[in-house]
Amino acid sequence: MPTIYLGIDVGSVSTNIVALDEQGNVLSSVYLRTRGQPIRAIQEGLRQLVATIGTDISVAGVGTTGSGRSLAAVMVGADVIKNEITAHAVAASYAVPGVQTVLEIGGQDSKIIILRQGIVTDFAMNTVCAAGTGSFLDQQAARLGIPIEEFGRRALESRSPVRIAGRCAVFAESDMIHKQQQGHPLEDIIAGLCEALVRNYLNNVGKGKEILPPVVFQGGVAANAGMRQAFNRALGTEVIVPEHYGVMGALGAALLAREIRPKASAFRGFELTGREFRSGGFECQGCANHCEVVELREGRQVLARWGDRCGKWSNAVAV
Amino acid sequence: MKVTFPHMGHLWLVLKAALEGIGLEVVVPPPCTRRTLELGVRHAPESACLPLKVNLGNFLEAKELGADTIVMAGGVGPCRIGYYAQVQREILRDIGCDYEMVVFEPPDVHFSEVWDKVKYLNRRPWQEGVRGVILAWQKACAVDSLEQELQQLRPREAKPGQADAVFQRALRELDAAGGRGEIKKIVKKAKSEMAKIPRHTSGPVLRVGIVGEIYTVLEPMVNLNIERRLGVLGVEVVRGLFLSRWINDNLFKGLLPLPGHHPEKTAPPFLNHFVGGHGWESVGDTVTFARHGCDGVIQLAPLTCMPEIVAHSVMPAVQEARGIPVMTIYLDEQTGEAGLQTRLEAFVDMLRWHKGRKAAQSF
Repeated sequence: MPTIYLGIDVGSVSTNIVALDEQGNVLSSVYLRTRGQPIRAIQEGLRQLVATIGTDISVAGVGTTGSGRSLAAVMVGADVIKNEITAHAVAASYAVPGVQTVLEIGGQDSKIIILRQGIVTDFAMNTVCAAGTGSFLDQQAARLGIPIEEFGRRALESRSPVRIAGRCAVFAESDMIHKQQQGHPLEDIIAGLCEALVRNYLNNVGKGKEILPPVVFQGGVAANAGMRQAFNRALGTEVIVPEHYGVMGALGAALLAREIRPKASAFRGFELTGREFRSGGFECQGCANHCEVVELREGRQVLARWGDRCGKWSNAVAV
Repeated sequence: MKVTFPHMGHLWLVLKAALEGIGLEVVVPPPCTRRTLELGVRHAPESACLPLKVNLGNFLEAKELGADTIVMAGGVGPCRIGYYAQVQREILRDIGCDYEMVVFEPPDVHFSEVWDKVKYLNRRPWQEGVRGVILAWQKACAVDSLEQELQQLRPREAKPGQADAVFQRALRELDAAGGRGEIKKIVKKAKSEMAKIPRHTSGPVLRVGIVGEIYTVLEPMVNLNIERRLGVLGVEVVRGLFLSRWINDNLFKGLLPLPGHHPEKTAPPFLNHFVGGHGWESVGDTVTFARHGCDGVIQLAPLTCMPEIVAHSVMPAVQEARGIPVMTIYLDEQTGEAGLQTRLEAFVDMLRWHKGRKAAQSF
């Protein structure tokens, strides 16, 4: 029975699962929309994974990452729980040894990671501004009536991109509408938007960072040819988009699980796709903080609680 | 007269002792919570920094407990907190919250004024008042010595939270303590209890220095309990800012033989001037922490804090010259816990890598 390592990345927009073999090759990867229902996304993702690789495998280790990493860890039984910055760095330096800069743009956040000699030396992450992230591009593609898959390609057709204010998603959108009303062709507007978003990213997330090649561009937005071209132009170097650019977080988590090689994995088995999990929440009235406590239940049993500041609830069930 | 004051970490314990020492009835505002912040944010100008908002919340919550007089620190810039007392007075008046405000300006600038205010507040013979102030000072030193013990223990305890429980109990006991002997006994007891807490043996502990604006450094509600979070991640926190040191530097003008801040010696050539607040100290302390072998430094500041922005812009130079990673975190009412936690975890992973260990082995 072949041995595999699972990496699960539960993000705000997508949930990705990667299965690695003993040698670190990607056997299968699944990309799903989270749609605000991480439990269902994880179950569906595992189901799809099993459909491609079969159940005749033994899971030797599981790593979770992303903003839903704690939930995923409890539900699936993880051996390593990692923040997404570390997971992305690990995956990037695995895919492109010697990488010095990682640009990552996902659904709702973007980050930059600086590595030197294979070690992370600096990083930054946006949280306040969503301009330039996948969600915003999705929204604009929908507004312009272009499938997101074609959005980037249209940008490449542009001969003179218009200048669009990219500092803030709201301003960018109103500026785009303004340029449309003036009669600029769509491809010039799309290309202009890509350039504005790249400018915004480099000025905010990338501020003060020394961006040296090789530069890896990953995350869902790396699929966008317009964004790739805008980065190439702005940086004066060709960005490298790794094969598994969309699931790098999950790949990193799987690599970390493979690296620690647990003696016995905490994995709870693929049967969990059929079990009933429920998450619920309540507001603790113990003090004026009114923490929103979240709990994950399997059937009647509480698997974990988190979200409280004092530890009154979360200490009751160890995470 | 029922006196209250803004919260700043464990300052309440010290101020309460001092004000009661001069014969005043003291109303300690309820501990800072989300409600405090919400109350403050509702009435404060949005662009003001976090201390103004939380303090305002403290005053409103203390009012509910019957306080009628506020004792507040002033200042003479360039940090904005110097005029926050005046702004807060206006806001409180506008919303019909009736308070008398006694503002203490820095003693080196307005010594006679400070003296007049102490005379105005004092209700007891001078000898007793002095005794109260000494008691308060002893409490400050006791809190600081226990907190340093706590910072050491957090990353090493087998089950997170045990050391904090001892510390919190000691704080309550210290609050009730009436004399030096009692304080000594409480400290001794708490330290021996801490010494008995079982420790884990997995992996070396990292040391991270915390620098930045004093309020965000000292108030756990505002910094989302950053020291506890780091402790759970296996990091021993060290910092240059402590209550006793701050009181000595600012109120006693460094008269007591304690290790003080000497940014004029440590911060150059990176920053050669006072820039307001604790900006100069942030740079100086980072240099000191690098020399003492810390693995990294975290700079904390309220969003839009000018002195810390100046310090922040100097940090890359310090980072490069002294080889110490620095991460800056700005805090305001919008700061999300998840984002902070992710950054802390990634920063700690990075420091572990630097220590020559693989990230994964830390768990």
